Amino acid sequence: MQLSTNHLLGIKDLLPKDISLILSTAAQFKEVLQRPVKKVPSLRDVTIVNLFYESSTRTRISFELAEKRLGADTINFTASGSSVSKGETLLDTVNNILSMKVDMVVMRHSASGAPHFLAKHIDAAIVNAGDGINEHPTQALLDAFSITEKLGTLEGKKIVLIGDIMHSRVALSNIYLLKKMGAEVMVAGPPTLIPTYIKEALDVQVEYNLEKALQWCDVANVLRIQLERQNQILFSSLREYNIAYGVTKTILDKIDK
Amino acid sequence: MKIILDKQQLHLTIKRLSHQLTENHVNLQDVIFIGLQPRGLQVSKLIVDHIRTIYAGENVQYGVLDITFYRDDVRYELHKASKTDIPFSVQDKKVILIDDVLYTGRTIRAALDALQDFGRPKKVELCVLVDRRFNRELPIQPDFYGIAIDTLTSQKVKVEWDKEEVILY
Repeated sequence: MQLSTNHLLGIKDLLPKDISLILSTAAQFKEVLQRPVKKVPSLRDVTIVNLFYESSTRTRISFELAEKRLGADTINFTASGSSVSKGETLLDTVNNILSMKVDMVVMRHSASGAPHFLAKHIDAAIVNAGDGINEHPTQALLDAFSITEKLGTLEGKKIVLIGDIMHSRVALSNIYLLKKMGAEVMVAGPPTLIPTYIKEALDVQVEYNLEKALQWCDVANVLRIQLERQNQILFSSLREYNIAYGVTKTILDKIDK
Repeated sequence: MKIILDKQQLHLTIKRLSHQLTENHVNLQDVIFIGLQPRGLQVSKLIVDHIRTIYAGENVQYGVLDITFYRDDVRYELHKASKTDIPFSVQDKKVILIDDVLYTGRTIRAALDALQDFGRPKKVELCVLVDRRFNRELPIQPDFYGIAIDTLTSQKVKVEWDKEEVILY
């Protein structure tokens, strides 16, 4: 048994059976956290560097925890306070780190395609922790795991992604994964935040009315407005956005779900 | 292909093992039986079921252990993990590991490592249905075995549960 890929650059490259294997292994690993010793020695011989060029709380901490619980040695690298401020390029930084016998790189970068670029130039295995507005594969896998825990399966389930679809790498990874695993996908939000041809390109439904979207779905995945990635004014104000697209108790009570 | 244990012999062996396992363990409260996933599951269930009929009314503690995360060949092959469920403490208890076939001994080594992460057992004993006697790669031997056979490394031993027999091929 093998995964179909050496790296985890995006859900786009994964097969449904890879996703099933990852999710079922995760389900078994969850039990380890109930034991007195919450660690296994599987990755004892592996050194992993967490290369985070963008800020992150949850992703960084959960990667580090996962690596340590699997027994690996971890190195954490953030761009600020490193030689990047002296003008060192990405490739130089990574090659320096690799010369110290690091087996794997977990990378978050603001440029889409950065991990793919690295994968072409270096030998180590690469995990994409988020690249620009492209993909965030581990987030999609985590969301799929949560859904599967609650609903049992993804096949035939109706999932709506609500919010800034255009700039969201989480949305794209989720769409790829949910379609691969047989779910029905809808995207909802203001027209300015939904790419024009997304229906044809990715075969998802599009809905501009929040209430209709919430009525239709089994699961609603609500996204954060990616203000830091928008270079133009795409909606009138955060408050107006919230009124129209904020998932609040009022609207949840109204649709009785 | 050769049949090592046919249906009747298999069930007799399981009955004999369940008596052997409880012969010296006077207080069942101090004993925990653990079946090793994935292939030790069936045989351990049958043995524990039989123990439960012999000692009707007493609480027989049984758990299952999956050793995928403790394997020493993680880098070479992917294995799918199965359930681990040990809902009691192993601290200061006698643990009896039950598996179907003992071959190189690496599974048991991994099981001993895994067990250590659950606590410190007072004693660990090993019970297997088939002992492939001279194929060991580690110094590990069973305390109880159903049948011991001599095999070549090219051969395989399998328990066919639908036909309820043990075959060598």
